[in-house]
Amino acid sequence: MKAAAFPPGLMMPHIRPGRILCWTLLFIGGVIMVTPLLFMLSTSLKDASQVYDLRVIPETPTLDNYIEILGDGRFTRWLMNSTIVAVIVTLSNVFFDSLVGYTLAKFRFRGRYIVFIAILSTLMIPTEMLVLPWYLMASQFGWIDSYWGIMFPGMMTAFGTFLMKQFFEGVPDDFLEAARIDGLNEFTIWWKIAMPLVTPALSALAIFTFLGNWTAFFWPLIVTTSAELYTLPVGLSSFAVEQSIQWEKIMTGASIATLPTLIIFLFLQRYIVRGVMLTGLKG
Amino acid sequence: MATIDLNRLIKRYGHTTVVHGIDLSVRDGEFVVLVGPSGCGKSTTLRMIAGLEEISGGEIRIDGRVVNDLQPKDRNIAMVFQNYAIYPHMTVADNIAFGLYRSNLSKSEKRQRVEQAAETLGLSQLLDRRPSALSGGQRQRVAIGRAMVRDPAAFLFDEPLSNLDAQLRTQMRIEIKRLHHRLGTTSVFVTHDQVEAMTMADRIVVMRDGRILQVGTPLELYENPVDIFTARFIGSPTMNLLPASLRDGGADLALGGSVQVPSAAATSADILVGARPQDLVPSSPGVPGLTVSGTVVVVETLGSETLVHIESAGQTVIGSAPGRQIPQIGEHLTLHAPAERLYYFDEATEKALAAR
Repeated sequence: MKAAAFPPGLMMPHIRPGRILCWTLLFIGGVIMVTPLLFMLSTSLKDASQVYDLRVIPETPTLDNYIEILGDGRFTRWLMNSTIVAVIVTLSNVFFDSLVGYTLAKFRFRGRYIVFIAILSTLMIPTEMLVLPWYLMASQFGWIDSYWGIMFPGMMTAFGTFLMKQFFEGVPDDFLEAARIDGLNEFTIWWKIAMPLVTPALSALAIFTFLGNWTAFFWPLIVTTSAELYTLPVGLSSFAVEQSIQWEKIMTGASIATLPTLIIFLFLQRYIVRGVMLTGLKG
Repeated sequence: MATIDLNRLIKRYGHTTVVHGIDLSVRDGEFVVLVGPSGCGKSTTLRMIAGLEEISGGEIRIDGRVVNDLQPKDRNIAMVFQNYAIYPHMTVADNIAFGLYRSNLSKSEKRQRVEQAAETLGLSQLLDRRPSALSGGQRQRVAIGRAMVRDPAAFLFDEPLSNLDAQLRTQMRIEIKRLHHRLGTTSVFVTHDQVEAMTMADRIVVMRDGRILQVGTPLELYENPVDIFTARFIGSPTMNLLPASLRDGGADLALGGSVQVPSAAATSADILVGARPQDLVPSSPGVPGLTVSGTVVVVETLGSETLVHIESAGQTVIGSAPGRQIPQIGEHLTLHAPAERLYYFDEATEKALAAR
């Protein structure tokens, strides 16, 4: 196209090849990410006979699966279990990780560096290696098949502590010293002054902890034995074991289970993006 | 109000001593400025008075009571920080009220105190705003408000004007001074800016390398500096120091010419003759004193006066001319300072040789 074809004063837009490549890659990435979600939603709207029909839009869409799943007392129980576990573990992480992170960042005491290194070193141990000691511990304390058994390994994390320590280090000491002069005790300084100043980090930690626990499968599967204590991912997997593979039920359950994640993403998108930017952590 | 006494106050970090046993008495209601270059120990001293740094030795008394082991909150002092330290998540009113966190006043009394402080500082219209919506000067006023609302025994200021631009700094300097006159609260102010020290202090404490070099009123320090460091630190532009060798009844200047030296100052072979730029003016040497001739290399027009840099025998000397008399660069100029305006220092010890 000739430049003269554009209205006077306007230049022909210059499209760089790098930009085209970037957009193409993003589009392909988007398709790869969204396709499974679409199939999950599509399958949840099909009856058992249409499950292997790979059309995205079902021939005869039905909400029967949703009615059946939500009417099944087990599913709502698993939903509640996942909510209880994810909320308590998130609150615990926000509280304890930030408390320890603050202490390591703002107090000078003998052995501080060793404590920090010890906490950090636990990051290098893979979960698979920890499962056996966790299980033995849970077994000896009688925590198998209990909420506490599901939650205790994640109540405080080394990564959360490290993350919060890094953020608290950015809080100017002047704020804390001014509060000390104004008569606040150390706990109140942490709660009233330091915590509100690290809200972006707290949001990121809370969001990622919640999502991590909401989707956790491996440890809840090991530590729970009765169906009443299953979390949602474990419960959904039982559809594949107990009654052959009921894909339409699994996908319906998964669609419902994805809802909180989507809602969180929609409303807290800003914090998630900021969290990823600030921490280099992905959900 | 209160007195503050430091007795042989020491601060060590490991094996490094940063404050070497200093003694200082701040009188009730006095405005004392600690001044010195970065790393001289002035902020550390202030923080020890506040209780934010533990002391390694000596004694601190506030209003006669030893406070060495008291927590900051129990010392009844208020501090204003360089970075304001006002909480970004609270409104101006909440920030000021935070100074009353431990007080037993009723809610309405607290509100009244906050409003009173806000009115004094011109913040009444800004009470509901967050710090992010305030200018640097307003933020600093909020910090001062939080300090004054508590009616403390003493105010401690840690370079509170450093983050402000030049115009605002001058304005805040005047406001703090007026506030001090109104409240009469004992104040210790730390700065590295000698102009701030000169304009605000009842007494200035000059510090260097963790030691107090001189304590005195601004004029005492300007007129009678005890050593070269204080002489150069106090006064702007800095004092000219010209090397000279003593001979009978006078001294030969390294850049040529000679000056008469009072007998009390004639105790060392090699001396430095000091002259403040304000005293070194273009005139004919009709009276005894210091005369320097040279070529004008830089002219700084300030309006009220003109600073003239002349080069003579390889040394640059700064003098001053009336505001409307602007010499030309490259012009030959003779500057003269009367003998009674000269200072004499021992080149080896850097100490003043005679009180003026």
